[in-house]
Amino acid sequence: MSENMRTIVIDGEEVTVPQEYNLLQASEAAGREIPRFCYHERLSVAGNCRMCLVELVGAPKPVASCAFLVKDMRGGPNGEPPQMRTLSPLVKKAREGVMEFLLINHPLDCPICDQGGECDLQDQSMAYGRSGSRFAENKRAVEDKNMGPLIKTIMTRCIQCTRCVRFSTEIAGVPELGATGRGEDMEITTYLEQSMTSELSGNVIDLCPVGALTSKPYAFNARPWELNKTETIDVMDALGANIRVDARMGGVLRIMPRIHDDVNEEWISDKTRFVWDGLSRQRLDRPYARRDGKLAPVAWEEALGIAAEKLSGDASKIGVIAGDLNDVEGLKAAKDLFDALGVTSLDCRQDGAKIGGQGREGYLFNSTIAGIDKADAILIVGSNPRLESPVLNARIRQRWLTGKCEVGLIGEAADLTYEYDHIGTGPADLAGLSKKRTGFIKALKDAERPMIIVGQGALAREDGAQVLRAAGDLAAKIGAVKEGWNGFNVLHTAASRVGALDLGFLPGEGGRDVAGMLDGASSGDVETVVLLGADEIDTSRLGQAFVIYVGHHGDAGAMRADLILPSAAYTEKNGLYVNTEGRVQMGARAVFPKGEAKEDWAIFRALSARLNKTLPYDDLNTLRMKLIEDHPTFGEIDHAPGAASAADFDPAQLGADGDVSDAPFESPITDFYLTNAIARASKTLAECSAMAAGARAELQAAE
Amino acid sequence: MNRIAQTLRGAALLDFWGAFALGMRYFFKKKPTINYPFEKGRLSPRFRGQHALRRYANGEERCIACKLCEAVCPAQAITIEAEPREDGSRRTTRYDIDMVKCIYCGFCAEACPVDAIVEGPNFEFAVETREELYYDKEKLLDNGDRWEREIARNLELDARYR
Repeated sequence: MSENMRTIVIDGEEVTVPQEYNLLQASEAAGREIPRFCYHERLSVAGNCRMCLVELVGAPKPVASCAFLVKDMRGGPNGEPPQMRTLSPLVKKAREGVMEFLLINHPLDCPICDQGGECDLQDQSMAYGRSGSRFAENKRAVEDKNMGPLIKTIMTRCIQCTRCVRFSTEIAGVPELGATGRGEDMEITTYLEQSMTSELSGNVIDLCPVGALTSKPYAFNARPWELNKTETIDVMDALGANIRVDARMGGVLRIMPRIHDDVNEEWISDKTRFVWDGLSRQRLDRPYARRDGKLAPVAWEEALGIAAEKLSGDASKIGVIAGDLNDVEGLKAAKDLFDALGVTSLDCRQDGAKIGGQGREGYLFNSTIAGIDKADAILIVGSNPRLESPVLNARIRQRWLTGKCEVGLIGEAADLTYEYDHIGTGPADLAGLSKKRTGFIKALKDAERPMIIVGQGALAREDGAQVLRAAGDLAAKIGAVKEGWNGFNVLHTAASRVGALDLGFLPGEGGRDVAGMLDGASSGDVETVVLLGADEIDTSRLGQAFVIYVGHHGDAGAMRADLILPSAAYTEKNGLYVNTEGRVQMGARAVFPKGEAKEDWAIFRALSARLNKTLPYDDLNTLRMKLIEDHPTFGEIDHAPGAASAADFDPAQLGADGDVSDAPFESPITDFYLTNAIARASKTLAECSAMAAGARAELQAAE
Repeated sequence: MNRIAQTLRGAALLDFWGAFALGMRYFFKKKPTINYPFEKGRLSPRFRGQHALRRYANGEERCIACKLCEAVCPAQAITIEAEPREDGSRRTTRYDIDMVKCIYCGFCAEACPVDAIVEGPNFEFAVETREELYYDKEKLLDNGDRWEREIARNLELDARYR
């Protein structure tokens, strides 16, 4: 038995648990269920709900198991192991008493409460409560607080567990929730009656054990028992958060996080959570072709015929741009088809980021997301992780809170919810950093596990390759890449980017990149442009080119398109996605594609038959087999390579040599809520965006 | 000897008189059958007939879209959709009962926390087409308005046994 373990007796059964466990965790390790409201694994211990009371042999009163550590337990006089009881009559009575007190001021409005059916208070009062109430006096009522367009509050239901307060202070890093008053007058409030200025605010809905904080867009829509739950992967950012999509009668009604400790723990961003109403708006549900300047609905047969005709021309005059939300299978089918056609102008980097083509480590988040928990110095280059990946930013904050990690930033100064050393704003500061002797560079050099996070703001620019080289140089100089640790990281913003780079969805020999295609289209050198859900390009530069849009939302790309082939959104297809750390994750279909829309790979398979280049797969499984055969990395589901190949990776070889401009880095995301076509179709997110813009304007006016 | 007794009994028409008496007894007894469309039998307050959605005295519909009836319905005959009404209260936008699926078990009325959905005393709702048996919210509320007096009386009579 190691030093750190201790044997205790729970209900007469001996268990050995780590010393730093609290009694609640110890009981769970022994297979005992302890009811609780305020305790949460990822938040600090508050100990104010008193539901987790257990009996400690020798203690005069029951103790709150969440706030009592195993190492503080006292053994018997003759060295017997300490004893606790979780099933004794005293514990039962204590739980009944606590439950009765909690229900004194809790309204009996379960039938109209959205939490009904998935409510901790409801469940636990059934399991641990008394059958009736002895309370005949008046109940208290609390005024509802305004918490913005996402969170609906019914504060009379609040049991003051303070989980939301602890979440906003500790995880989200915006101490905007708090409790005023004491005793019966205690109320949870946002102080200023405004929405939380956090990208993670939706998580308080999951944390709230009762129905005090519920989802406003989902209000009264459905009951938990009538929803079909599908476990899948999010595509709003490159984190690849694990989500559960709840659908009913063909429509997605809400999105919840799933627990994955190495990716999103159990948080998701507001964009991920509330984007679902965008999935039913602005949808492309049937093929369209432009006739006399207007898009007119056509049949699939006809649409495929037009596409085949346009694509059978000169391959050097065809360009293909992949978007940010595509699944790997769709991209694979597209790449196989266009390769067979001899098209070399393929690109997946809508924003023009200068990455890819130099080995996988050159564009992955090599330290892994879980690796942040071990880092002791983090340098962020040209990125605003709070907007680009809020959950990852929360993880950096968690690490920073331990005090064992320093953070530095080169780029736009912004409120990242933690303190950082603002080193500079542009490439010159990055290049000059390694020459300095004091300041943040010292922390980086001294660090055992330093991290350099390069954002798309640093790479999606003219001198992106040179900036990548400078960052790689720095990583090599501070020894960030070594046995067992790879501290060179690229933080992506597009969910499909890493998968597309893994596939090699890049310009071939003599091929054009996105900028080249747009130039070619303007000048007439490129006659046909295929957009695979690519909406973030400047469509006004497509000139006279014939544009084929394969996508699911009517956004910028579809507006300009001459032919629209409707495809499935991420909740409507089985697909693989690779997150920023190179972890291949499998998404699943929650609902069927809208109208006549088809899955992306099926569209290219049908098109390939028209072009006499029939692709060698007829179903998704065969396609996946081919995919894994061509690119073995896709066979390793839920595996992040991390530092496995650190020995063969020389960051100083990344990018290209050359001069850098002195333009400061800018984060590619200006409006967090509206970064893709689905989000732009969402009413809820539009409201959030307007509120955030209003808040920013107010802040500027105040300054 | 036996043969003599049998002859005497036959001559006295004993079997006939016995049967005649039985016939007469039933002839004058109160009849169990009723002349149905013009006469109706007594119904228990617990009778489970046609469904109705009730209103409060002020005209506000009782149903709060808790969906417990939908959940408990063993025949899955009930379909409900809900959203916040303009005043922010929780209301149904759709409340359908498929009376063809319904098995008249009364669980919906049992589950209802606000006595909104009830099975009233009406059993005469035969129709000529199947479609007419797909009740929507309007029809159910109309039933409620039509039968409110009887339903309220039945609920009151049954209340002390619940």
